[in-house]
Amino acid sequence: MTTSPHMTDPSRIQVPQIVVSEPLPPATPLLEPEGEGSIVRKYLQKRSSGRLIDGAFGVTMLLAALSIFCIVALIVYTLTSGSKMSIHEFGWKFFVQSDWDPVDGSFGALPFIFGTVVSSLLALCMAVPLAIGVAIFITEMCPGPLRAPISFLTELLAAIPSVVYGLWAVFVLVPLMRDHLGPGLYKLFSWTGFFEGDNFGIGMLTASIILAIMILPVISSITRDVMRAVPINQREGMLALGATRWEMIRIGVLRNARIGIVGAVILGLGRALGETMAVTMVIGNRPVIAKSLFAPGYTLASVIANEFSEATDDMYLSALVEIGLALFLVTIVVNGIARLLVWAVTRGTPARSA
Amino acid sequence: MIEGVEQTKLDMMGGGPLKVGPEPLRSSKFNYHHRFITDHLVSGLAILSTILVIAPLVAILVYLIFKGASSLNLAFFTKIPAPVGEEGGGMANSIVGSGIILMLASAMGVPVGIAAGVYLAEYGRGRMLGNLVRFTADVLNGVPSIVMGIAIYSLIVVRQGHFSAFAGGVALAIMMIPTVTRTTEEMLMTVPHAVREAAFALGVPKWRTVMSVSLRTASPGIITGCMLAFARVAGETAPLLFTAFGNQFWSSDLNQPIGALPLQIFVYAISPYDEWHRLAWAGALVLIVLIMVSVTLVRVVASRGILKGNQ
Repeated sequence: MTTSPHMTDPSRIQVPQIVVSEPLPPATPLLEPEGEGSIVRKYLQKRSSGRLIDGAFGVTMLLAALSIFCIVALIVYTLTSGSKMSIHEFGWKFFVQSDWDPVDGSFGALPFIFGTVVSSLLALCMAVPLAIGVAIFITEMCPGPLRAPISFLTELLAAIPSVVYGLWAVFVLVPLMRDHLGPGLYKLFSWTGFFEGDNFGIGMLTASIILAIMILPVISSITRDVMRAVPINQREGMLALGATRWEMIRIGVLRNARIGIVGAVILGLGRALGETMAVTMVIGNRPVIAKSLFAPGYTLASVIANEFSEATDDMYLSALVEIGLALFLVTIVVNGIARLLVWAVTRGTPARSA
Repeated sequence: MIEGVEQTKLDMMGGGPLKVGPEPLRSSKFNYHHRFITDHLVSGLAILSTILVIAPLVAILVYLIFKGASSLNLAFFTKIPAPVGEEGGGMANSIVGSGIILMLASAMGVPVGIAAGVYLAEYGRGRMLGNLVRFTADVLNGVPSIVMGIAIYSLIVVRQGHFSAFAGGVALAIMMIPTVTRTTEEMLMTVPHAVREAAFALGVPKWRTVMSVSLRTASPGIITGCMLAFARVAGETAPLLFTAFGNQFWSSDLNQPIGALPLQIFVYAISPYDEWHRLAWAGALVLIVLIMVSVTLVRVVASRGILKGNQ
């Protein structure tokens, strides 16, 4: 406290800063007798208004966080109020009726549900083994220098916009399916009955393939994270017991990570259910339920994309909004389950012994 | 005596080591080959699946560059779309329109997202409300973009009575919020608690600690997160279909329908004209390049920032 020349420059005082919000700072009474010390007092008093700003800041952050609730609530509110008419008119029958005739005024969502479910499940069947393969390759066997570029490339798949996938599918995948893949599949598997009828290239199968390509990065990157969360001594233990690399992966890693992988798959399913543009461009957009995978279909998302802006009559609009509501609720449930599963694994729960 | 008991237990369980005869040895040799082959088979499959995944990506990029670059010219960047049947024309208005919508979306979405992330990491840790917000954000992240489109249509477009750039911006902003929130939170979590405590010990108020210590330390990661959110919404078409709607002419009025690059690509891709297909490819290339360049640029800048911070 012998530094009275420095007192005139508040920025050089370091001791009082320790005690801003404390009611009884020990340093202040010591300084007070020194006449000029009142500067410190003033300085501290000026600073102590931080309490107000602190409160305001905290409340602002809280409001921002609460706005997320508001958004979800608003979405639910607008969708339910928009579809009230259709819910009133059709009730649960809406989801089991297969007529979709806007001119006639009969609306049933079954063809769209069928299209969405079939295309998503087919896409999952194609994407899941590949995604897990990629995740295994990247986490367990990839040579060091290759790891970063390959994970970058798979992440890049996620950065490509849906409409570009659609564009590529329309001009590359559709001709490929029409001229090469389709006839080949027909020759091999026509006895199953899944590859009957005319093959124009657009249809359920093409949509599923493009969907599979789109959900691959989602599944593989989360699977990778989950597999990385498995402790390294699980692997070392397996190898020390004489396991081959595959046995180590299967018993030591995959078994521990299985819940998270299921979560990743469900998350991919959620993405596939709601995917709009690319599917709309190649699925053929006809509300039919056909056994053949070459046949055109329609999904919940693509019917909204295609018909929402031309829906003039109120009931038509209301039916489309109800489809949107159904899609919203289904994806929320699917994503909720998936998140809980992924959290259960990656949130530092100790890995079970195999 | 205890050893004896243990031995009897082992015998009772049938686990005596003496029972291993020559036969299991032979089978273990067979077993070994079997296991060896499976191991290699699986390695091969993993490599094959990686190649299968990379292949479409390469195919898409090669096609895009090949098709897009051959149809890019100056007119593409300076002209508005030509009427049907006429050669030429460009997407200048859509590029500008996309820029306007994205700026609007970022201006609304990024601050709210970061603030919500700050709440989760600095105030809501371990609290019920924090967990609830986190979960809602994750769920909101998975809501299909088309659903967002119809929700904003009913909320804004119907009330205003017309499609508008503003509505498009709001739709994209809502899609940005959950991503920004979660990355901000994750990045703030990586800031060591000791740094915050040091700031508190110096008497720095909480808001100041958050702003100049936590957020500042985590800023490279947060910027990357914002950029990823930006890249994600930059290519979104579905939420703009019924909000921004698209426009064939110049418009920078926030209250009017506005053109957007993804919308224009969609319209051109499903059209029956070759000339428009050509433009769609060019548009897709421009869109991807814009997204990639902005993301890599910010990543590079952000990683430089990290290096500087360490030195």
